[in-house]
Amino acid sequence: MNHPCVITLDRRSAPRALFSGDRIVEVDLPPGTRVLYPKSPLAPLKDPDAAIRYALHHPYGTEPLYAKLRPGMKVVIAVDDISLPLPPMKAPDVRERVLTIVLQLLADHGVDDVEIIIATSVHRRMTGPEVRHIVGDKIFNAWWPKRLYNHDAEDPKGMAFVGETSLGERVVLNKKAVESDLIIYVNLNLVPMDGGHKSVAVGLCGYESLKPHHNPRVLRKCHSYFDPPASELNTVVERMGRVAQQHLNIFTIETTVNNRMFDRPLAFLAKNEDDHTAAERAALKALCYTLDRTPDDVRDQIFRRVPAPYELTGVWAGATESVHPHTLKRCFEQYAVPLEGQADILVAGIPYISPYNVNAYLNPLLVQVLAQGYLFNMYRGVPVVKKGGTMIITHPCKDRFDPEQHAPYVEFVHRLLPETRDALELHRKYEEDFARNPSYLAMYRRGNAYHPAHPFFMWYWGEAGRQHLGRVIVVGAENDYIPKLLGYETARSMPEALDMARDTAPPSPDITCLHVPPIAMADVTLPKARGDRA
Amino acid sequence: MSVAASYFDVDGTLVRTNLVHPTVYYLLNQATPLRSLARLGGAILRAPKLGLAELRDRRTFNEELFRLYEGMTEDRLTLLADEAFDTVMKPAVYPGARDLVASCKARGHEVVILSGALDFLAERLRRHLGADTVIANRLELRGGYATGRLLPPVVAGPTKALLLREHARAGGHGLDDCHAFSDSYSDVPMLSVVGHATVVNPGGQLERLARAHHWPVLHLDRTP
Repeated sequence: MNHPCVITLDRRSAPRALFSGDRIVEVDLPPGTRVLYPKSPLAPLKDPDAAIRYALHHPYGTEPLYAKLRPGMKVVIAVDDISLPLPPMKAPDVRERVLTIVLQLLADHGVDDVEIIIATSVHRRMTGPEVRHIVGDKIFNAWWPKRLYNHDAEDPKGMAFVGETSLGERVVLNKKAVESDLIIYVNLNLVPMDGGHKSVAVGLCGYESLKPHHNPRVLRKCHSYFDPPASELNTVVERMGRVAQQHLNIFTIETTVNNRMFDRPLAFLAKNEDDHTAAERAALKALCYTLDRTPDDVRDQIFRRVPAPYELTGVWAGATESVHPHTLKRCFEQYAVPLEGQADILVAGIPYISPYNVNAYLNPLLVQVLAQGYLFNMYRGVPVVKKGGTMIITHPCKDRFDPEQHAPYVEFVHRLLPETRDALELHRKYEEDFARNPSYLAMYRRGNAYHPAHPFFMWYWGEAGRQHLGRVIVVGAENDYIPKLLGYETARSMPEALDMARDTAPPSPDITCLHVPPIAMADVTLPKARGDRA
Repeated sequence: MSVAASYFDVDGTLVRTNLVHPTVYYLLNQATPLRSLARLGGAILRAPKLGLAELRDRRTFNEELFRLYEGMTEDRLTLLADEAFDTVMKPAVYPGARDLVASCKARGHEVVILSGALDFLAERLRRHLGADTVIANRLELRGGYATGRLLPPVVAGPTKALLLREHARAGGHGLDDCHAFSDSYSDVPMLSVVGHATVVNPGGQLERLARAHHWPVLHLDRTP
């Protein structure tokens, strides 16, 4: 018996509407295909501000925030960056709500030596308007840019050694935070990979402290990123986070939002197409038609200017390891859908946005990140697709990059990927040198570019998927050379892609379609009668 | 991989001034106010010619501009160099220029100032930024006086590419591993011969070219 979010298609089923970048394509999938839909949005907290105050006063594993405060102390508030939620949420952002209450509490207790750091790690610096969006006008006007600013992982005077793990992994973090009396971390948890020790140990670190876990060897051992106990990435981050915890005074505030990604007029995109009303069917047709005929730049703007109506579903505070299990539980409550049995072929639409292209185009490297990185990893237990199976994605795969944000990605894709797609070789031969490229470092520090190590991390992000999947086939690519660089095959249509996939699949292959966004992940179990493991 | 070098244009790239600014400083600081006035008057009369030279090519402009130094004594040029640097160039160094040079040095690069500026000023900038080498224009001196001509090779335009190649070859630097930084379209030849070209504070024409070539574009002229 399928979970209500898992639909099995029959001959009368309507075509499925899948994202293909910033367009939507309708595809016919064969009868018997299972389609996994996101769960309905969880009910939001009725009074978010009261819930935040309650969390600060009733923390887990430590004393309340007010009890930690004394006049004259130095406090650093670190805040998650704009890489989540996706797309950015309607104002007020959860972080604005939390910051407003925390800053008032600090002021009430005579704590005025306070700085707010956007915990970007090696992500790009957020622009002023982006920071304004997440902290709100009042805080932005009062604090930016002197006391509210982006973390700079390459500031030679701005990083400090904290300690070392038993395996010699060096924890080097933002010096201001290290030298403060108290770090308050304001997290916004979108997926179960976020939060926990990752907040401080990754958000405030630099290249040196990313290398122990952002490498192909570690990422190959993640099964999956969204199942923390089965993620080697999480294991290493926790090990390093505990070093930070030992040396620093950290008060963690974690929040979750539901998956109300689309506002009412577009909410039907998360629905089973067979359940669409006549008006929704017409709206879908109109949307596909309009997006098809809209110039690229205008289409970009349409999506960028529509924030998501996410709602707060939980807030917890206290000691990191005591808080995080509550956050994870709420995340899984929102996203996890039971699914029995693996598929031979996994179908997924690639949307227009990832954590790494807010206000920019989803470039080819990020297509790979979404396909073999995020979407492949949307599971607990065993992967949705069998070992050696095929993933079919829909995306135009344009040779298009944001020249500012993704400057180092261009060279990675066009100079290094033609040399090799082997992540271990890229890591060994090129990463260290590339990560020290003076121009890209200057663009990271002074502009709004990602750190030059980032494209490597992005390629490694797909490593577990690459190791597991036999093939990836792209439907709707506008060229052959980009898919080829990524190691993908191309098909002109979904039926053609399915025919290609059947060549290497068993007779009557099991096909599963992951109907995202909004986010959904599969709790995959193997059928009891069959003992074969992935 | 060979040891790399980073080649920096100066005017508009590392400093916001151009060749005209220190020249004006020298013209205004002659031994007597009358001489200064006379030299300034001469410069104003030559302005149209300079404008035409700039339209023609960078080398011709440099040659025309440095004619204004004709008759200045070697002593005066040296005496005023520190002052000209401190007054005109040093305050105009872009924030971030030192970090960029330091970043290249940290990578083990030989950092070379490759500029149409005069050598005695470029040398002071080299020291200020912590660079290693200067390749710059040199005034011809006869009997202790500047003739207003430049000693060959004149550092400008395509010649910069040639000088860069020669320097890289002599230093054992593989061009594919070398970096070059410039703000000027006239430096496209120099940017084109290295494996890693970076455009700094570009105008529209150079920015469009950089986008087409996927060259990184840096803005040292903007506050981060």
